[in-house]
Amino acid sequence: MTSGAAKRRSTLIWTVALIVLALAAPYFLYPVFLMRALCLALFACAFNLLLGYVGLLSFGHAAFMGGAAYITAHAVKVWGFPPEIGILAGVAAAAVLGAGFGWLAIRRQGIYFAMITLALAQMVAFFALEAPFTGGEDGIQAVPRGHLFGLIDLDHPLAMYYFVLAMFLIGFAIIQRTVNSPFGQVIKAIRENEPRAISLGYRAERYKLLAFVLSAALAGLAGATKALVLQLASLSDVDWTTSGEVVLMTLVGGVGTPLGPVVGAFIIVTMENYLAQAGSWVTIIEGAIFVVCVLTFRRGIVGVIAPYLTGREQAPAGEPSAKIS
Amino acid sequence: MLSFLHIAVPPAPALFAQLLVGLINGSFYALLSLGLAIIFGLLNIINFTHGAQYMMGAFCAWFLLNWFGIGYWPSLIVVPIVVGAIGIAIERLLLRRLAGLDHLYGLLLTFGLALVIEGLFRQRFGSSGLPYTIPAELQGGRNLGFMFLPIYRGWVIVFSLAVCLATWFVIERTRLGANLRAATENAPLVQAFGIDVPRMVTLTYGAGVGLAALAGVLAAPIYQVSPLMGSNIIIVVFAVVVIGGLGSILGAIVSGFGLGLIEGMTKVFYPEASSTVIFVIMALVLLVKPAGLFGRAS
Repeated sequence: MTSGAAKRRSTLIWTVALIVLALAAPYFLYPVFLMRALCLALFACAFNLLLGYVGLLSFGHAAFMGGAAYITAHAVKVWGFPPEIGILAGVAAAAVLGAGFGWLAIRRQGIYFAMITLALAQMVAFFALEAPFTGGEDGIQAVPRGHLFGLIDLDHPLAMYYFVLAMFLIGFAIIQRTVNSPFGQVIKAIRENEPRAISLGYRAERYKLLAFVLSAALAGLAGATKALVLQLASLSDVDWTTSGEVVLMTLVGGVGTPLGPVVGAFIIVTMENYLAQAGSWVTIIEGAIFVVCVLTFRRGIVGVIAPYLTGREQAPAGEPSAKIS
Repeated sequence: MLSFLHIAVPPAPALFAQLLVGLINGSFYALLSLGLAIIFGLLNIINFTHGAQYMMGAFCAWFLLNWFGIGYWPSLIVVPIVVGAIGIAIERLLLRRLAGLDHLYGLLLTFGLALVIEGLFRQRFGSSGLPYTIPAELQGGRNLGFMFLPIYRGWVIVFSLAVCLATWFVIERTRLGANLRAATENAPLVQAFGIDVPRMVTLTYGAGVGLAALAGVLAAPIYQVSPLMGSNIIIVVFAVVVIGGLGSILGAIVSGFGLGLIEGMTKVFYPEASSTVIFVIMALVLLVKPAGLFGRAS
């Protein structure tokens, strides 16, 4: 038996160590690479909130990330919004979109939920291709980063990096707070046994919808930040392959683990970086990782090693979960 | 939607031409969603590789013609067998290992496979299309008085309708189909009656994949043969499947052709919405009848 205090202490040590690492990282690694990875890590964490804790597989999360990226890019570039307001606009747009999509999609479950979210997201992709303000194939380019609160020049790489890190940590903290709150307990109960949760008086639909909107808004935060980092909002952000990629990141790192999506995102982004010149091989390798993970490695990297690192707790016995969680 | 009231009614030939395009697309939607429905019925997975297998069907016909000199007519039989056999290998080697797990893993596995297959074809053939000539017997067209009908397009509609009805007949009216439907309802019980259910599952997957490959052969002369042709169509087919519901064979056929027609009509009256109209209908159906038009509530 591990005592709660020991576990909390080791979690604290890990948290501090990781934050120190993140603060020092831009002095050793290329900041744009780190910022892109952090944005996608936040995106994957937002996705994991839905898949890992509510048990809903959304195959359309690119719509929220990409949609927010377009709104933020447009607000900052055309309307001249300062970056913080531009990001808020993107997040709000993603939340509204999430409310609409979630409202429709939670009528069905499992495989249907995945297909519905995929189809709705494809609608956003078509819209982004044809709408007048999105720039079609070119996307919105040369998005200005601007001055944060009118003071901090985000064109400075380090300033931008710490801003992105702050966005990531805020998003990550919101997710952790949500998962460990009474609300989080209820959504996990719904994941495990929805009829039972309903019979206990919880209105499962509302909980699911709220979790969906939160996940969409945080995916929007990731996309809005990414639009400022890369100074670009493009069709690839809303493409279905991006929706697939976030599933892959989460699966590789460990579905339902707090840090799994972060680890997965860094692995996939690193791989993409090294294979950038190799054309379709990125897709082929990603597909192969998908197949291998589903067949043999369903708990993901963090899911396998975390039990040995935090507290001397036993690894969850035997079977990797038959349910996605 | 009211904006079409302000648009003058288009000339009849243009209207019929778009209706024809709609029916052609509808043929492919119907064939593909039929395959998805059969596979889903027995295996309980959504075959995300379906688009890639449709693309493989088109490429397989192209290989046969350009590398081996085997023409269109033999391809109609050879290609579904070859691609179906690849499907059988996939079921035996990979999908079978997921038995007893959450059905979403089947979706993820087949999604990964689709990425691998499409990536390999794109690596080898690029993203641009390869032409496939219409067989000599089906070239040209006929003037029907109210419109010009290219013979090949008429053939595609008639042939895919015939394939759909034949599939419906096999499943709903034959001994084999009865076993299949029984296994869909209660596989262990059917197995207890001495029917080899695992073999049936394998063959069913192969048949569903074969239907996708057949659609690919039919599509090869109309669209270009391209690595991307599968992913372009599969998401629309998913929406078609959500609209029709996966429970019914006839439902898959009707909603496939019907939505193709609606899409064609939209191109005439409100072209801006033609790429999204099926998704909008999906949203409306979810509001009114979440189980799908022909689906059973679960």
